[in-house]
Formats: sequence, structure tokens, C-alpha cells
Amino acid sequence: MRKIWSLSFIIVLTIVATFVSLPSSVNKKFDLKLGLDLAGGSRLVFEADTSKIGGDKKETALAGVRDVIERRVNLFGVSEPTVQTSRFEGKDRIIVELPGVKDTKEATDLIGKTAQLIFMEVEEIPAPDGATPSARLVPTDLTGADLTSASVVFDSQTGKPAISLQFTKEGGEKFAAITKRNISKQLPIILDTEIVTDPVVQEEITTGQAQITGSFTVDEAKKLSIQLNAGALPVPISIVQETTVGATLGAASVKQSMIAGGVGILMVALFMILAYGKLGIVADIGLFIFAVITIALYKLIPVTLTLPGIAGFMLSVGMAVDSNILIFERFKEEKLLRSIPNALEVSFGRAWDSIRDANVATLVTAFILANPLDWQFLHTAGPVRGFAITLAMGIAISLFTGIFVSRNLLRLFIK
Amino acid sequence: MKARWLYLLISGTIVIAGVLSMIKWGLPLGIDFTGGVIAEYKLTSGEQKVFRYRPAEQTEAERVRADFKNQGATEIRFESVGPTIGPELVKKTVYALLVSAGAILLWIAYRFKSFKFGVSATLATLHDSLVLLGTYSILGHFLGAEVDFLFVTAMLTVLSFSVHDTIVVYDRIRESKKKFSGTTHELANKAVSETMVRSLNNSFTIIFMLIALILMGGETTKWFSVALLIGTISGTYSSPFVAVPILVTWDELANRLKSRKK
Repeated sequence: MRKIWSLSFIIVLTIVATFVSLPSSVNKKFDLKLGLDLAGGSRLVFEADTSKIGGDKKETALAGVRDVIERRVNLFGVSEPTVQTSRFEGKDRIIVELPGVKDTKEATDLIGKTAQLIFMEVEEIPAPDGATPSARLVPTDLTGADLTSASVVFDSQTGKPAISLQFTKEGGEKFAAITKRNISKQLPIILDTEIVTDPVVQEEITTGQAQITGSFTVDEAKKLSIQLNAGALPVPISIVQETTVGATLGAASVKQSMIAGGVGILMVALFMILAYGKLGIVADIGLFIFAVITIALYKLIPVTLTLPGIAGFMLSVGMAVDSNILIFERFKEEKLLRSIPNALEVSFGRAWDSIRDANVATLVTAFILANPLDWQFLHTAGPVRGFAITLAMGIAISLFTGIFVSRNLLRLFIK
Repeated sequence: MKARWLYLLISGTIVIAGVLSMIKWGLPLGIDFTGGVIAEYKLTSGEQKVFRYRPAEQTEAERVRADFKNQGATEIRFESVGPTIGPELVKKTVYALLVSAGAILLWIAYRFKSFKFGVSATLATLHDSLVLLGTYSILGHFLGAEVDFLFVTAMLTVLSFSVHDTIVVYDRIRESKKKFSGTTHELANKAVSETMVRSLNNSFTIIFMLIALILMGGETTKWFSVALLIGTISGTYSSPFVAVPILVTWDELANRLKSRKK
């Protein structure tokens, strides 16, 4: 009775897994999630300069950087970006992954700029004895943090792109006070270290709105408005690593690895039949079930598939048949000593010890490479993780198909 | 284990050749370690061009990039690595190697109830890592292989694969110890010959997959697969011919010491 249940379970599982793993041209509902190296896109690593910030505030600052970058990237219109932070030996990093981005330079500029907006007052320094009086800039308490929104507008007189600022209630009051005491004076607006515009105040402005008319192009104005809307970065950052893969290279990689994977699996399947005959066919059925379950799980979890990830999968195919090879080799010895069904059960039992011990050792390495606990002294992101995840999944699934599936199938076929 | 000296000679020759190559030519470090830029473009004429820059030439790389963009060329890939990344990668790799080797050593010592097994297996994986590094140094010098981020992954995988194989042989020794009497030497001989076919067959399946990847999997993973292939071959060899001889030698030395004390 148990045998029938196990077999029906295997059959149902195989049918469901096969359905889910069908390519997206046939089955639109489930799709593989492709990583940057396959779908095209950019991976950017920034380093935050937290040297001027006290020890305990570093983490808050870094979290702030991450949030601001996330908002900027979202406003930029990238679908499914990821922004992660990592710390290693006092270096604070922010890793940004932008799938499908075409103009990386633009994205880098957008993300990397601090975008600290400050309104300045001009204070005249009276010079003695009729010399030309000098002036200096004094920052006011009105900054980019007092904005509710920024948007691109076109100046009604010149038709040039400009940025319209909407202050918070408090910010509006500050602005009113500043404009009131600076009538007929200059009120420079500074972005990072540059004076963007230097208007002369005509009258007190109480509407809580202002307009920056610099010499922007439309693109620059758009970028600036995104930066202002997302807020300024709490600390300056600079780019330390960039990996951009064009969509064409990605598509070519997908095609090549599919062909390589198919040919590889066919060769393995053929080898198993040549080496083990009838047993090999059972192993191949197990291998097929292994492949569809794995692909189905990639789609359902979902696992972001990268090139190293595909290599991890292919390596786990090799390991998946290994459980079978171990059992079959054992079976060759045992069937000389006892009846065939008996020899089969004994082989499974004896081989299990080495299968378990060996696979745990591989899982340990995969665990350290995948680093799911985000230990900062190991790699926390990137291609290594993609490889380790598919390898670990492959081993886990192969234990299931190698032992449970093969065992039940062999009981059925080998008599 | 009669031909123990032959095994030592084979392993020794390969390891020493590799080490000499590493001393003479060094490791062919890619931009992941050295920093710099690799950029590849497809021009409107269909021609593909690859550019390499040193870390100091970052601005030049960006200028060329903007130029190509204006000409309507397609960017196939653009990889830029800052100078601070390399040393960090080296450190993290060393940590990862130490942690996984340590964990594997403890796991084997626990499963086989003896540090002898754990340490011998770990030494065999060290042998494989050296073979891989050395071979890569030679391949780098003659064929332009590069040590990059993926190579690091390959090295760690080889570590686990090598142990995978060793455990299967050790398991046979452990099982025989329960059933038969005899010195570790005899039991090890028996275990090695009994597991040889499975060991070779298993390696064949992995080698098939890797050869498919090398020949058809595209440029990006080609050298990665080559590294895995070297590691697989070395890992298969090292289980019976390095890990087991070390274990047997250790056992014999320990016995000799014991009898001398008596």
C-alpha cells in the first residue's frame, strides 16, 4: 500500500513540476527570473565616506544612504532594483543592481551625487577707509530637507527648463523670513559645492514655493528633481566597481548555456545507460525528475538565475547521478551475495552513509559561499552567492530524487 | 598502497611545476584583483572591439565610452573595478577557504570519530587547491586564463568536491573496519579498489557536463569551467592517491611510535 502512495506521489509531483518548468513560450504563467549577466543590466558598488561621522551614527547614515538611493532609483523608473549595504573592515559599501538599465553613466551620476541643497545669504563685510567692501556667504537653515517636492517646469519667459520647489509648511515660513530680510539682495542657491543660481529677491515670498532657473538641460533638470525629491545623501559616496552587461551578450549567454546544459545532460544520460543498462534508464528517469523539480523550484521561489548559477546547477546534475552510481556499484557487489530485491534494499542502506556524509560536506561549502546569515567577513553578494544557492538546492533535491525517487522506481522495475 | 612513492612523485611533480610557474610567472590576476576597466563595444559596422584600461585610466575609459555612445555603438559589457576591491576580495577568499576547510575538517573528524581522517582529507583538498593554482598559472602564461571572481568560486567548489570523493573512500574503510580485521593499510587498499569504478564513473558525469560548458557555454564561463575541470580531475585523483596514503602513513607512524613507547 505504501508503495502505491509513494509512486502516485512521485507521478503527481513530476507532472506538476514538468508543467511549471515548461519554457515561457508555452507556459506564460511561470517564468525564470534572470540575473543581470543574463538579462542585461548594471551592478554598481559605491563606497560611502563615513570618516566624518562618529562611530555609532555610521550605521544610521549608511541606512540613510541606502534609503535615498532606493528612492532615487525607483523615481528613475528601474524595475526591480536591489540596494544592499555591506561593511568590511571599516569600509561601508552600497551595492546597487539595476536590471535592464541602458545608460549606466546617467544612472551612476544620478545615484552618486550628494544633492545637498542649501540656500545662502550674502553678508557684506564693511571695509575700512573706503576700500571695496567684500562679501561672504552665510548658510541659512533652509535646506533640501525642507522640501515636499521638486518638479521640472519651463520658465514662462525664457522657455528654459527650471525646477520648481514646494516647501513644507515650516520650510515655507523659513523661506518667507529669509526673503523678507533679503529684499533687493542676492540669495544664492548651492547644490553640493556649486552655485546653481543666484537670484535677486524682489519681495517677500509667502507662498512656500520657489523656482530655480539655472542653465540646465531638460535631462539635468529631471535628474536634479529626482535627487531633490529623494533627498540628499547623508554622506558622500563614490563608485568603486561597475559591471554592466548588454542585453545582447545576456541573450547569447542564455542560449549558449541552454545548449551546453542540454548536451551535457544528454551525455550523462547516455553514459548512465551504457554503464548500467536497465539501472541506468531508471537513473535517467530520476535525472529527468530532478531537472524538472529544480527548474520548477527556481521559478516558484523564485531564484534569480545567473551564469555561475547555471554552472552550479550543471555541477549538481553530476552530483545527482552520483548517488545513483554509488548505489548501483554497491548493488553489483551485493547481488552476488543475496537475492536481487534484498540486495537492492541493502545497497540503499549501505550507500546512504557515504551519500549523506559526502553531501553534507558539499552543503557546508555551499552554505559558506551563499552566506545566508550575511557574515560580513565573507562575500555577501554577487556571482558567488548565485552559484552557491543553485548548488545547495541541487544537492538537496538530488538527495530526494537519488534516494526516494530512484528507490521507489527501482523497486518497481528490478525484480 | 604499495606504489605510495609513485603517487607522491606524480603529485609532487605537478605541484612543484605549478609552484615554480607561480614563482616565475605569477598568477594571471584579472581586473577583479588588480582593478581597471574592460569594455567591449559593437560598432554600427558590426565590428566588435575590446578595450582594457589600468585603474589610473578610469577617466579615459569613460571618455571613450561616451564617444562610442555618441557614435551609436552598442555596449556589450563594461566592467570597472576600483583599486580597493582586490585586496578585499583576497581577504574574503582566504576567510572563506579557512572557514569551509575548518568546517569540513570538523565534520569528517566527527563522522569518522578521528582527527586523522579529517586532517588527511583536508590536506588532500589543499593538494587540489595547489594543483589548481599552479595549473592556472601555467594556463595563464600560455593561454591567457585569468584569475577572477569566478575562479575563487571554482576553487571553493573544488574543495567540496574533493572532499565528497574522499569521504566515499573513507566510508569504505570505516565499514571494512567493522567487518574485517586487518591493518589500516590492507583495509585502505581494499577500499580504494572497491570504490575506484564509482569514483571514475562519477567524475565522468561531472567531466561531461563541464566539457559541454567549456565547448558550448560561452566565453563568460569558459575559464570557470576549465578551473572546475582541473579541480575535478585533481579531486578524483587525490582521494585514493593522496588522502588515503596520508591516512595510512599517519596510522603507521602512530603505531610505530606506540610500539616504541612500550
